[in-house]
Amino acid sequence: MDGNGFSFPLPSQIADVPGAEGWQSMYQYFTRFQPEDDNRFWFHNAMHFPEPLPAFDTVTCEIPYGAIGANTARVFVFPTTLGIEHRIINGRVYITAIPVTDPAEIERRLAIFTERAGYYYENWEHLFAGWQARMEGLIRQIEAVVVPPLPEFDDAAVVTDSTGVAQNHYVRESFHQCIDLYSKMWHHHTEFLMLGYGAYVVFFEFCKQAFPEIPDQMVARMVAGIEVIMYRPDDELRRLAGLAVEYGLDDLFPENAAPDAVLAALAGRGEAGQRWLAAFDAARDPWFNVSTGDGFYHHHRSWNDDLTVPFSALPRYVRMARAGEPMTRPTAQLREERERIVAQYRSLLASDDERAAFDQMLGLARLVFPYVEDHKWYCEHWFTTQFFAKIREFGALLVRQGVLAEVEDIFQLHHTEVDQALSDVMLSWAAGSRPLGAAHFGPIIAERKQMLEALRGWVPPPALGPVPEALNDPAVRMLWGVTAETLATWAAAEGGDGHEIRGYAASPGIAQGVARVLRSVNEIGQIQDGEILVCAVTAPSWAPVFGKIKAAVSDIGGTMSHAAIVAREYGMPAVVGTGHATTLIKTGQTVRVDGDRGIVTILT
Amino acid sequence: MTSDDLIRPVGGIGTADRFAVGGKAAGLGELCRAGLPVPRAFVVTALAFARAMQDIDPAGEFGPAIGRLQPADTAAIALVTADIRERIAAGPMPADVQGAISASYRRLGEELDDDGRGVPVAVRSSATGEDSAAASFAGLQDTYLWVRGAQSVLDHVRRCWASLYNAEAVAYRLRQGIGQREMAMGVVIQQMVAPVAAGVMFTCSPATGDRSLVAIEASWGLGSVLVSGEVTPDSFTVSKVTGQIVRRQVSRKTRLHRLHESGYGVVADDVPAHLRDRPCVDDDQIRAIARIGLAAEDHFGSPQDIEWALAAGSGRDVVVVLLQSRPETVWASRAAQPLAMPKARAVDHVFEHLGRIVPGTRPER
Repeated sequence: MDGNGFSFPLPSQIADVPGAEGWQSMYQYFTRFQPEDDNRFWFHNAMHFPEPLPAFDTVTCEIPYGAIGANTARVFVFPTTLGIEHRIINGRVYITAIPVTDPAEIERRLAIFTERAGYYYENWEHLFAGWQARMEGLIRQIEAVVVPPLPEFDDAAVVTDSTGVAQNHYVRESFHQCIDLYSKMWHHHTEFLMLGYGAYVVFFEFCKQAFPEIPDQMVARMVAGIEVIMYRPDDELRRLAGLAVEYGLDDLFPENAAPDAVLAALAGRGEAGQRWLAAFDAARDPWFNVSTGDGFYHHHRSWNDDLTVPFSALPRYVRMARAGEPMTRPTAQLREERERIVAQYRSLLASDDERAAFDQMLGLARLVFPYVEDHKWYCEHWFTTQFFAKIREFGALLVRQGVLAEVEDIFQLHHTEVDQALSDVMLSWAAGSRPLGAAHFGPIIAERKQMLEALRGWVPPPALGPVPEALNDPAVRMLWGVTAETLATWAAAEGGDGHEIRGYAASPGIAQGVARVLRSVNEIGQIQDGEILVCAVTAPSWAPVFGKIKAAVSDIGGTMSHAAIVAREYGMPAVVGTGHATTLIKTGQTVRVDGDRGIVTILT
Repeated sequence: MTSDDLIRPVGGIGTADRFAVGGKAAGLGELCRAGLPVPRAFVVTALAFARAMQDIDPAGEFGPAIGRLQPADTAAIALVTADIRERIAAGPMPADVQGAISASYRRLGEELDDDGRGVPVAVRSSATGEDSAAASFAGLQDTYLWVRGAQSVLDHVRRCWASLYNAEAVAYRLRQGIGQREMAMGVVIQQMVAPVAAGVMFTCSPATGDRSLVAIEASWGLGSVLVSGEVTPDSFTVSKVTGQIVRRQVSRKTRLHRLHESGYGVVADDVPAHLRDRPCVDDDQIRAIARIGLAAEDHFGSPQDIEWALAAGSGRDVVVVLLQSRPETVWASRAAQPLAMPKARAVDHVFEHLGRIVPGTRPER
């Protein structure tokens, strides 16, 4: 710690947030900081968990970390890293990667890794095609899960087919199916991801050595795909806007109109309106299963759940289409530009040997990258949208049975507590009595809502514990953008005057404007044209919002973070991984975003 | 001996002539060959220097006198070299050398606009052996700006010859074990440009050696203000790959070097208040400077260390001219082994990389 000249608070020094004493009751015992955890370095995973976690939503760290660690430590046997451990404090998730440092142990693991990872790399395209099929299969399975309605009398078919099993049994089975499918989805999520990052990191590090000042975004641009599935929802919106103009319906898309009103007006416009609505319905499945967040919170609703986000972008796209602006991305031009950049860097290398090595590394990075870019669509968006929809169906069942007051209250219970509530319902339905859950869970849910509100105001330190000598975990660096430099920036911000905030230069350019600080994805409707978005983290599904803003600033994220990718796509300046921007900047302040150097300056 | 042996037009020489005309002149010749914008110039050859030295030092006493000096004995070096310089500066100049220089200077005046006071020129030393990548003598020989009239040009040619025996240059050669007899001096007589702004450029990052970047430093007026360290220049970094200006630092530039009101010589002055905090080159100019730097790098085949100026062109145009280009030496001398070699399979890079990262042993370049 002393060697680095800076430090972060120790976990044991973090006090309960006033008004949220007893927050521990929301989370499983194995997520608590232990006394010995003071000796380890932890950082706030604000990229995935920027807000305090409701009890149910702990499933989105419990299950992913169970899958990631299994993949790296046990399945592929990565040589220098085991898994990621997580802890929850004051509702926030802190993580740490467990390194392997003993050279003999690394050697032993490397032998196994070479064999296993080699198999995946060598058969990548074929295996990835199978992956996509398996993932669509999982999505069909989660959609097909039936939540028993528990009517007064069971279906006659139980008798006539002599199935013999009453439907209260299926309450638990179906719920477990949801959790189990979610778990399988996460295992598949990590199946290719860490290998993908591994291959990318190799190319990235080579570029950084050959061109010490190369911006991270340039490395990403050389590798990035042109036809990326995550752009598809936004592309669909643009296409729908084009159709609106083509069908002569463009007058029905004024700014700030409620989606229902627009849809009703379209329905009243005869055959043209019907044709547009048919195209709209076709686009919704599956492309509107895109989360407005990135699927780590139950309240990250999809476009299908809340049409406000896509409809807030449509008026602008309709205006663009009317003005004859190109509505599709210039893919041929983007591809040509990407190849030109590659050729330039390649020609600047010192020797033919280096060029040959560069070609190999770039080739491999490009082989793996479609997975890195596309998996989120299948996992965090499409599958997860369906998953939370099913959990809401269980919420509705518990409301009907008198256990919960509101459907959304189910998310105040941990999945093991939901299990208990469902047992209660299964028993009372069978006995013909009243479930006891309302009296038990009612006060708990009320208290938790209050605690979450209190926790929301807490500003978590970006990191806890002593700073390690080096941070070399490939995932930590690529995904979270956490490096020695980031830590120094965070530490400086802890004691800085706050006028200049440093982060990663994620997308080039300089912009100045009025800041809009968004603490939660639900506030995204507040954004006004020409503002500068300041948020903890963004997701690609925020793309329509990127059409309105001048620049983006985020607390967390590296080169491959969503804010960085989308900002580059939109050609706007972005600074990510600032650690503190959302607490240092206030809505209404004028800020200057320097995406070339990674500096945000508060001007007023 | 003809005047062609004594004087060479810069347009007709190249690297192969560096022993005949000196490194700086040869470099300028190469820039001309590459089609890059260089002010008009001619060179007084090393042979002309040798001819003059036959008259000034007929017995060949200078070499041995210096050879007897100890590199650390600065007092003795100062004494001996001052005497030699005095003898060169005051010494005779052979009539054919004088005639050749005067005639070339006159022709330069005919090509350019001579206002009657003699066309202004820069008189620059160009030592043979100078500017090699291994041992740069940069800055150890003199340059004289805003010289006008044939007589003054002749005087400054003598001073340039004398500057071969600057105390620092002699001490440097003694330390490096470079024989005095191998040294000769060419002199470049170059059309003087009156720069709006001027500066230096590296066609790689001076901080990291990153070859994808061009680093430009610029200040108002003559570039000498920047070389002398009197101002903190504006600095810009341009990506060779995208052509974008990826970093810019506009500094407060308080001093400049410019032509003296008399029309002769250089004077240091304060930068007018309204210009101090303004960038002295605009974005188009920055990109133009970088483009020319890249063309020079392409021609020479390695990163270059360049002096440039923004000169008034025809009408209100401002044009970039190169005053000097030499190989970048700091990073060139660190030419390391390849960062990576091709492997049997592409995945072997991953296995090597993921197998070797141990916390605390991050691989360094």
